[in-house]
Amino acid sequence: MATEAEIAPSHHHDEPDPNANYLIASKGVWSWLTTLDHKRIGVMYLISVTLAFFMGGMFALLIRLELLTPGRTIMGAATYNRVFTLHGAIMVFLFIIPSIPAAMGNFILPIMLGAKDVAFPRLNLMSFYIYVIGAIFCLFSIVSGAVDTGWTFYTPYSTTSSSSVVSMTLGVFILGFSSILTGLNFIVTIHKLRAPGMHWRRLPLFVWGMYATSVIQVLATPVLAITLALLAMEKVLGLGIFDASLGGDPVLFQHFFWFYSHPAVYIMIVPGMAIVSELFATFSRRAVFGYFAIAMSSLGLALLGFLVWGHHMFTSGQSEFSTMVFSGLTMLVAIPSGVKVFNWTATLYKGSIWLTTPMLYALSFLVLFTIGGLTGLFLGTLSVDIHLHDTYFVVAHFHYVMMGGTVMGFLGGLLYWWPKITGKLYNEPAAKVSWGFIFVGFNAVFIAQFIMGSRGMPRRYYDYVPEFRPYHAFSTYGSWVLAVGFFILAGVLIQSLLKGAKSPPNPWGSAGFEWNTSSPPIYSNFAETPVITRGPYDYHEATEEELFDGFPEDFKKTES
Amino acid sequence: MNSTDLMKQLPAQWSTFGPGYDWLFYFIYWMSVALFVGIIGTAIFFVVKYRRRPGVKAEPTGHNLVMELAWTVAPVILLVLLFHWGFAGYVSLTSPPPDAMDIRVRARKWSWDFEYPNGGHTANSVTIPINRPVRFVISSEDVLHAMFIPAFRVKRDAVPGMYSTLWFQATHTGDTRFYCAEYCGAADAPVIGADGVARETGHFSMGGPVHIIPQSQWQEFLVGILRAPTHANGTEFTPAEWGEQLYTAQNCNTCHSVNGSAMTGPTWQHIFGHDVALADGSHVPVDENYVRRSILEPNAQVVQGFNPVMPSYQGSLTDRQLDALIAYIRSLR
Repeated sequence: MATEAEIAPSHHHDEPDPNANYLIASKGVWSWLTTLDHKRIGVMYLISVTLAFFMGGMFALLIRLELLTPGRTIMGAATYNRVFTLHGAIMVFLFIIPSIPAAMGNFILPIMLGAKDVAFPRLNLMSFYIYVIGAIFCLFSIVSGAVDTGWTFYTPYSTTSSSSVVSMTLGVFILGFSSILTGLNFIVTIHKLRAPGMHWRRLPLFVWGMYATSVIQVLATPVLAITLALLAMEKVLGLGIFDASLGGDPVLFQHFFWFYSHPAVYIMIVPGMAIVSELFATFSRRAVFGYFAIAMSSLGLALLGFLVWGHHMFTSGQSEFSTMVFSGLTMLVAIPSGVKVFNWTATLYKGSIWLTTPMLYALSFLVLFTIGGLTGLFLGTLSVDIHLHDTYFVVAHFHYVMMGGTVMGFLGGLLYWWPKITGKLYNEPAAKVSWGFIFVGFNAVFIAQFIMGSRGMPRRYYDYVPEFRPYHAFSTYGSWVLAVGFFILAGVLIQSLLKGAKSPPNPWGSAGFEWNTSSPPIYSNFAETPVITRGPYDYHEATEEELFDGFPEDFKKTES
Repeated sequence: MNSTDLMKQLPAQWSTFGPGYDWLFYFIYWMSVALFVGIIGTAIFFVVKYRRRPGVKAEPTGHNLVMELAWTVAPVILLVLLFHWGFAGYVSLTSPPPDAMDIRVRARKWSWDFEYPNGGHTANSVTIPINRPVRFVISSEDVLHAMFIPAFRVKRDAVPGMYSTLWFQATHTGDTRFYCAEYCGAADAPVIGADGVARETGHFSMGGPVHIIPQSQWQEFLVGILRAPTHANGTEFTPAEWGEQLYTAQNCNTCHSVNGSAMTGPTWQHIFGHDVALADGSHVPVDENYVRRSILEPNAQVVQGFNPVMPSYQGSLTDRQLDALIAYIRSLR
């Protein structure tokens, strides 16, 4: 820890200067590629996941464009199947799973704990390169014919498809190890590297969320690896595990797949909730209501996430008894989710609410996740699910949770920590405009999908009967509004990188510990090991200097 | 379709499950609307009322154990209710009455075959009588598919290697649609139909009409599917005409052309009466027996240059339909 660094003899001349800004502590591309600094690794992840998000987003726009009119609009059916598969696979495995934990968790989590780095910095760098190698296999599968199985790789279609399923599953298999190593690193870091005074009840809620996420990553991801290995063995060696014609059981694959992929839903959403908890506290200027309940509900979701995989299989031919049990357990998920929503709302009460763009994203999360959660009740209720299963209703539901939840949390966190990461301020009014486009566009895309879904439009359809045309067209127009929002946001961030004003250490006046160091942080995070004497949300105990260091005059200038 | 129809959440319901299903759906719907307005309305009210103002500080957060317990426990009551109603509905969805009439449903890429109690078949369209419980016994010959009839509020996967069932009792006569709801891929390229138009086939094209007819017409329908179809003037199709109709109805045209071009399978043009080379190098004459065997055991004698991918039509075609197809292929000589 930091104390060891202080005792250590004076550092070698080519080692980074511990007291310099981490961006310039050592120079050159090589110093970035071989860095052990959690902040630089976080930034490299951030760039990677942003590229993945851009690619996945382009595929999403192609899907919507094709569905603008019935029949062929711009591509054939075989191409369409590849496009929607790549949209799903890239968004899930290359963007959303690593997005918040690997990019923002890596950057912020050690600073929040008052640590110098994660517990295993070399392992951290290795997990980044494993991610890169996995991503290369996934990209290779795209140029070698792509995959047309859907991101779920259901057998026996995936074992009989002539597309490059093996390369894609190998890529996802490798990506899993990156996820496991990051999770392991975070668990050890949280247990062992907390600064003096940072006891469990003072742990920021972002850290609690990362902790719950890491536990799922470590426990669930190996199951996906095994499943994909079995799939590859069946496809390459002809072992009969899932293929009925070889004596296997296709439903078994679904059990295996969802045993990982349902917990993975919580790998995706819990980090979003974790960021939003920070945003509600900072921009309401008071502690999150029900701190302990929110922390425990993250762990509760992590646990329940392991027990509900069968709700993806209500029509699959699993036994009626399992179906009943899974429906009951699925209902329980609503309780910790509800606890979070109620607590966030109560946090606003008697606060001093500052509607910055990050806060607008936090409120968007509240609105969209509530819709995502309530529509989950339709799908958890057995008889109601039967009609809605595998329709656009499900597509809309999980986009409200994944995009309306996690992506809104990601964007809120990105803008909130942007001055911390880059040391630059961004243009708030322009960021608000981009938020407006994203919020309106998103709802336009998916509200239409709820209605067509419950009216009977099945998912993964290249063509549709004329009855559904107005909904598809509306959804496609929404996707263009959404895209405009993202392009404005990209412009805002690029403008900030190139010409943004220098940020004060604590531009938001937050009581969070990550703001108690310079922005951007020095290489060793803190000049000396901090001693924590209050909670991360104790605004009434924080000094004025802590809350507004150099603010608000500097910030106001850039705003106007 | 007018604008109020566009905003309706559910399509028309035409089965005995419909009223109960729609009631529960709309119960959850309006409950969700109420909860959403309550939660988000409160949040917006707070955001406006407690907006940042100079000189006004936030109050430190307190505790309210009663409220926290209340919003943890109160949802449980609601969830138990939903679970109970959902499960009760599911029990009736999965418990066909003992007197239900069985229709055997076979799915394959990318068509459906329906076999009626008298051994007659229809392809990609199903006809059922009103007010009579009908049970579908579903299987798949290749990958996963799912039978989905929105108007009946029923859905069930077709899984290779096992049977799955769904049942319903229609309450309206008329036409509605069934769909495939489990992703099953698509053909690599558009397929040219008998009408000369190229069409994409795949998961999305694997649907068709559900005709619900009065019980008085049911016997007539059953007899009709065993006979050759008739022209508008009442004369029966010739065997070759019937075969041409089956060529499209049974989706033979997905893989076999009649104009000489090779698709997934060999063309039917100019093959009857000629010799063909098989994958093992031997030659066989294309005669009645070869064609019949190629339909019923398609992978026994595969023509050189083609993959053994055709599903068996054993049990999907009656002998008279087989004769009609053979007559059609002969006519293309």
